[in-house]
Amino acid sequence: MSVLILADHDGRQLKAATRRAIGAAKAWSAPIHVLVVGSATASVAEQAAKLDGVAKVLRVDAAHLAHPLAADVANIIKSLAGDFQVILAPHTTLAKDVLPRVAGLLDVAMIADAVEITAPSTYVRPIYAGNLLATVESSDAIQVVTVRATSFPAAAEAASAAAIESLAAPAADTRVRWVSESRNASDRPELASARVVVAGGRSFGERFEELLGPLADKLGGAIGATRAAVDAGFAPNEQQVGQTGTVVAPELYIAAGISGAQQHLAGMKDSQVIVAINHDPDAAIFQVADFGLVADLFDAVPQLTKALEQ
Amino acid sequence: MKVLVAVKRVVDHNVPVRAKPDGSDVELDGVRMNINPFDEIAVEEALRLKEKGVVTEIVAVSLGSAASPEALRHALAMGVDRALVVETGGVFLQPLAVAKLLKAVVECEQPGLVLVGKQAIDNDAGQAGQMLAALLDWPQATFASELKVEGNEAVVTREVDGGVETIALTLPAVVTCDLRLNAPRFVKLPNLMMAKKKPIETLAGSETGADFAPRIKRLKVAAPAQRKAGIKVGSVAELVEKLRASGVLS
Ligand SMILES: Cc1cc2nc3c(=O)[nH]c(=O)nc-3n(C[C@H](O)[C@H](O)[C@H](O)COP(=O)(O)OP(=O)(O)OC[C@H]3O[C@@H](n4cnc5c(N)ncnc54)[C@H](O)[C@@H]3O)c2cc1C
Repeated sequence: MSVLILADHDGRQLKAATRRAIGAAKAWSAPIHVLVVGSATASVAEQAAKLDGVAKVLRVDAAHLAHPLAADVANIIKSLAGDFQVILAPHTTLAKDVLPRVAGLLDVAMIADAVEITAPSTYVRPIYAGNLLATVESSDAIQVVTVRATSFPAAAEAASAAAIESLAAPAADTRVRWVSESRNASDRPELASARVVVAGGRSFGERFEELLGPLADKLGGAIGATRAAVDAGFAPNEQQVGQTGTVVAPELYIAAGISGAQQHLAGMKDSQVIVAINHDPDAAIFQVADFGLVADLFDAVPQLTKALEQ
Repeated sequence: MKVLVAVKRVVDHNVPVRAKPDGSDVELDGVRMNINPFDEIAVEEALRLKEKGVVTEIVAVSLGSAASPEALRHALAMGVDRALVVETGGVFLQPLAVAKLLKAVVECEQPGLVLVGKQAIDNDAGQAGQMLAALLDWPQATFASELKVEGNEAVVTREVDGGVETIALTLPAVVTCDLRLNAPRFVKLPNLMMAKKKPIETLAGSETGADFAPRIKRLKVAAPAQRKAGIKVGSVAELVEKLRASGVLS
């Protein structure tokens, strides 16, 4: 049996989550093939080929795949599916979009966001915003799975590189057209894999970036936000951490002015060290924090930034 | 154009859930239920499309056991035109089964657009819409935060890692709705009372020809390991000292 991993990348870099999906795939002790879909992806394919455990990289490169759309990627995977018993990807927006479509095309069930794999077909996954963990067993001949990247070790660099095989791309599904994108350019690390995340809630108001930015930069961290802060327009959506946002598990998570609703905790409670700053001593966030500071964030956050400069 | 919206009844998002003592399932006895928040957003979006004159009829559909009409009542109270329930006799419906039953409904209702929530907050699977699109061989857009219908296209802005992306789909298509798409209207009590009197059509799942048997077996449900609350520090200086000592500040 073999495992096919759908790589997530930005056209230049393989995402850290993909390395962790490769780490997760080792549960099957089977050859791992990595599928790189895109346009001008030679260097991404090379990065994947150099990872430990990867037996082969399959590269599907075409101009119309510069912004891969679900229908096209799902068709590619379906055409390869006969050779694989496991189709796996990190639980990022790409896979959340594509893999259920693949499962539908193959008439198999899908396991989303697995945090533990007991090969060949038993998984642990969070349900109810991570309030419970379900152990499930799938009976399908092809297992379609996304994994929570933060729960698995990243594949290391290998001594030698695997072969890269180029495959022809099927024609584009012309019923879907890519129109435009807007990505927030940032020099900060990617939220999902940052070593430090500095997060804020809605009480920052318009001063969200002004107060949290310098602290994040001081710590070389990414910025996270609650849904309430995003909904109020104080932080961009891609910063949302939680059940319906990004799941993070950094070495250090600083939660300032965050109440600690279960939907937010779902996205950060696996962080190694959690710091909470809140002026309400009874805020739920203190129940998961290693270090709690009862203080007004408008004083404490700038003070903390300053203290770290010394 | 007709729009089909799928709604599910789930545990209210404010209610903490527990596993049954024997770990076989989630304890749902006596727990407050509500319409899945993402489905409520899908209903709201359909209503807005109708108010803009793009849509002529909204059909809400719910699948599963006898209890699901409550989510449909909520949709009717919000203003959908018709409600339909597919009875499956208490079988726990997994996303693939949901997609197959929805496909059967789509084939008889012939909508130009299907709107669903991006995930249900009970199983957090996030699969039904994409699976439905695959089964119908229709275009899909997931995680919509903006939706416009222009001619025979749906132009959807969708939330992706690191930003947003806009794509255009030839109709008919399936769109899954994210939180920022809209804020659902408040349901007034008189509307809810009125909705109680409206008819809900019923379709027997067994008559659809869809195979809705579960493919995944749930072996166990358990609470995750709880974090222990740590200590409170008295000042920013003390916090920095503790962080330095714990080694997380490089
Ligand atoms: C279906 C669904 C999905 C959701 N998904 C997510 C998700 O993915 N991520 C997420 O974060 N939320 C999510 N939510 C929302 C979640 O339930 C909470 O509403 C949200 O996390 C609260 O954000 P907050 O802590 O910023 O705001 P609030 O709940 O308003 O809390 C503000 C906190 O700041 C403190 N505070 C106020 N002023 C100060 C000050 N000057 N100094 C110090 N402390 C101060 C207060 O004591 C309070 O604890 C979801 C909700 C639903 C229904």
